[in-house]
Amino acid sequence: MNQQAPIAYKPKDFATDQEVRWCPGCGDYAILKGVQKALADIGTAPENVVFVSGIGCAARFPYYIETYGFHTIHGRAPAVATGVKLANPDLDVWLVSGDGDAMSIGGNHMMHLLRRNIDVNYLIFNNEIYGLTKGQYSPTSRLGTRSPSTPAGSIDAPVSACGLALGAGGRFVARGIDRGQKELPGILQRAHAHKGASFVEILQNCIVYNDGVFDGVVDKSVAGEAQIHVKHGEPLRFGADNAKGLRFNAKAMRLEVVTVGEDGVSEDDIIVHDQTNLALAQMLAAMDRPDFPVAVGVIYDNPADVTYDQAVKAQNESAKADAKITSIDQLLRSGATWQVD
Amino acid sequence: MTNTAEIIEPREGHREVLESVVVRFAGDSGDGMQLTGSQFTQSTALAGNDLATFPDFPAEIRAPTGTTFGVSAFQINFGARRVMTAGDQPDVLVAMNSAALKVNIGNLRRGGLIILDSGTFKERDLRKAGYDTNPLEDGTLDPYQVVEIDVSKMVVESVKEFGLGTRDALRCKNMWLLGLVYWLYGRDRQPSIDWLNAKFKSKPEVAAANVAALNAGHAYGETVELPGEILGYTVGPAKIDSGLYRNVAGAEALAWGLAAGTQLAELPMFFGSYPITPASSLLHTLARLKQFGITTFQAEDEIAAVCAAIGASYAGQIGVTSSSGPGIALKTEAIGLAIMVELPLVIVNSQRAGPSTGMPTKTEQSDLYQAVYGRNADSPLVVLAANGPGDCFYTAIEAVRLATKFMTPVMLLTDGYIANASEPWMIPDFSSFEKFPVKQHTEAEGFEPYNRDADTLARVWAVPGTPGLQHRVGGIEKDFTSGHISYDADNHQRMTDVRHAKINGVANFIPEQTVDQGEAGGKLAIIGWGSTYGPISRAVSNMREQGKDVAHIHLRHIWPLPRNLGDLLSSYDTVICPEMNNGQLSTVLRAEYLIDVKPLTKVEGMPFKIREIEAAIEAVLGA
Repeated sequence: MNQQAPIAYKPKDFATDQEVRWCPGCGDYAILKGVQKALADIGTAPENVVFVSGIGCAARFPYYIETYGFHTIHGRAPAVATGVKLANPDLDVWLVSGDGDAMSIGGNHMMHLLRRNIDVNYLIFNNEIYGLTKGQYSPTSRLGTRSPSTPAGSIDAPVSACGLALGAGGRFVARGIDRGQKELPGILQRAHAHKGASFVEILQNCIVYNDGVFDGVVDKSVAGEAQIHVKHGEPLRFGADNAKGLRFNAKAMRLEVVTVGEDGVSEDDIIVHDQTNLALAQMLAAMDRPDFPVAVGVIYDNPADVTYDQAVKAQNESAKADAKITSIDQLLRSGATWQVD
Repeated sequence: MTNTAEIIEPREGHREVLESVVVRFAGDSGDGMQLTGSQFTQSTALAGNDLATFPDFPAEIRAPTGTTFGVSAFQINFGARRVMTAGDQPDVLVAMNSAALKVNIGNLRRGGLIILDSGTFKERDLRKAGYDTNPLEDGTLDPYQVVEIDVSKMVVESVKEFGLGTRDALRCKNMWLLGLVYWLYGRDRQPSIDWLNAKFKSKPEVAAANVAALNAGHAYGETVELPGEILGYTVGPAKIDSGLYRNVAGAEALAWGLAAGTQLAELPMFFGSYPITPASSLLHTLARLKQFGITTFQAEDEIAAVCAAIGASYAGQIGVTSSSGPGIALKTEAIGLAIMVELPLVIVNSQRAGPSTGMPTKTEQSDLYQAVYGRNADSPLVVLAANGPGDCFYTAIEAVRLATKFMTPVMLLTDGYIANASEPWMIPDFSSFEKFPVKQHTEAEGFEPYNRDADTLARVWAVPGTPGLQHRVGGIEKDFTSGHISYDADNHQRMTDVRHAKINGVANFIPEQTVDQGEAGGKLAIIGWGSTYGPISRAVSNMREQGKDVAHIHLRHIWPLPRNLGDLLSSYDTVICPEMNNGQLSTVLRAEYLIDVKPLTKVEGMPFKIREIEAAIEAVLGA
């Protein structure tokens, strides 16, 4: 037998010889590390992996990953990735995008990639700011964000990345944190394992233009209270000693934060996370500071029976199998013809 | 009885023999005019005539019945000689209603024949059509021969036995009139009867009613005396090259050409497109040709369509996208990316009247600047133009050949006229076509993504999935060989130069420009591109028959231009360039060769008339 043992990859097998050019201290470094670890753990041969990106700081990502890479144009990475995946469904296709790239100029493509359910992994580095163009507010910037283009503060409501992904019909929606190195590779592995479009929002600190915007969520001093790590089949608990939890208030049709053992709240009152429950996922995705902790982990994972790329392949194959016209000569002679002598 | 034609004796007399005829069918957009036209086209081809057609749609899908803006028309020119255009002026107008008469009478030859449904000239009909007085009574029709028949009434009568409601019965009106026109030109009805029976297989009563209407119209011609003692006409078969023929529309031939190209390149094709008039028919045709290794993808927008095609090219297939001018504008940034990363891409532009939304259903050739120059920065690509429906087949193959050979986007220009018009086409023997199998790179030793072929300057095509060739490409300027990001000044100059040289070098791999009619050198050359081929060709041959020294040159390769074109054009005293725009090719030729090319321009949403080009020739050479 000529069967080879699978090669065991290390994170450094996925590093290129290119000097990484993000600002020192940028959250992208941590994400790069997390992705390289995830790729090694997944173990797909580098030649069968493609990274596609749009424009922005995050979009430089492919140059630093030793796989095939395509740095495309602003907002269009989902469309390019769609072509790559449809042309060769055997490839592992990853998209790297930022909040502006994905949800502003590329919002339309993000929506259609998710609803079509093409089997790719879509990573959004959300730093709530335009970095590469020097600090303008982005579609995820908080209301009142002061930036060169909004000196008096932004006045338009921000979009929720995970909420948008669920609304567009995304069937795998997760949230990670740049510095959450223990958790991020696992989330990425789950995204890869999901058949269909997987959407991962990664909260990423921009040290130059929006430094500390997520401090209220990620700083060690508040992380316990400000984050809830969701796991399928486990109660949604957080806080010091896991004392707090999420309860569903059926009358008001919303979640509420409760403390187990207080006001008659028992463990049974805490919701058990069901990653296939869309209504729950939408509520979890929408939670924000200060009233709620921010949900981290796999919020929704509910694969469809068939992915778009597989359905395209199946249609192409059945067209081939059922075709009555199989040669160009036949094609040109189909329908009415006549002989001129 | 359903087939009255067979029990009534034809009247005595002889059919008048004609050299060629232009017939225009016009009616409401719901009246089935395009269908009627295509049936008549089929029967005309089977009768051995040469022909050209011009479907003329309104922009509205179903405008209110009986209004002028809902009028749809189909024009056919057929003859016992070579037919090059759909005809300058109709000789016969078949008007299904008063609005169709109003819209189309202006262009009818004086003395021409009008066949109309007098049942649609009631006061209400006239008001909807915008007539103040009844044209049947006010002398409007005096300059013409008019056949007034209450077709509506006769149709309802002829299909009564099938139990259709009046509305459904009236839908057979087009077949009744088609039957009459079949009689007029001595056509065989059987192919249309077979077609109706097949089309309405699941609704036999509808099939029977339509056949009955067709036969009734035919019988009417045979039995009733038409004014001017019309006894029908005969148009003899044309002398055309021997071979197997079919009718083909441009969009269809283009789709087949792309399918053929993918076979010759021995690579699968990916077609990404977004619906737009008049380009959508290409998507529809290709969606049914998946057995040839073609994936079709209806994207969320024009940009996604081209980007997906580029993604597919990156992954090793032949990426193709198609649109019309406004959609091409949206794709422009992505086309720049394909130029930068040097991937094969075919972009089909079915041009329409513009700018902006313009007149989507009307034809124009005004995207030549857009094709040749219309991108940010120095971003050359290859531009080709098909000259007619059948030529789309060959031009599409050429587009695939050049895109893969040179690793470059190729823009293929057609237009609304070419896409929709049909013509008889001699079916080529595909086995005689030269293959151009594409070799993708697999050798890891010494691999750099921008290694180039010494002759073509095309870079290597290394596709994901190939071990050891992992590399990154992108829209940022890249190092000359490694493809890494480079902001180096000399490198940018060098890369700009090599992109330029690569496209210029395409001229060494395409045929030299030939003269379609006439010789190199002389008093006057008419140079054209695209769908002006028909009218230029006929005008030049008419003028040459009169002994005038005029030649016809027609370009397929718009960019780069054929390498001998400058010398060729310099060999004439005068060069005229007719085009359906404000003089775009003229400007390009002037810029390239410093030759005083004289533009002959027209932007009326309609093809040139032969007479217009003849007049331009006469203005130079004398009448």
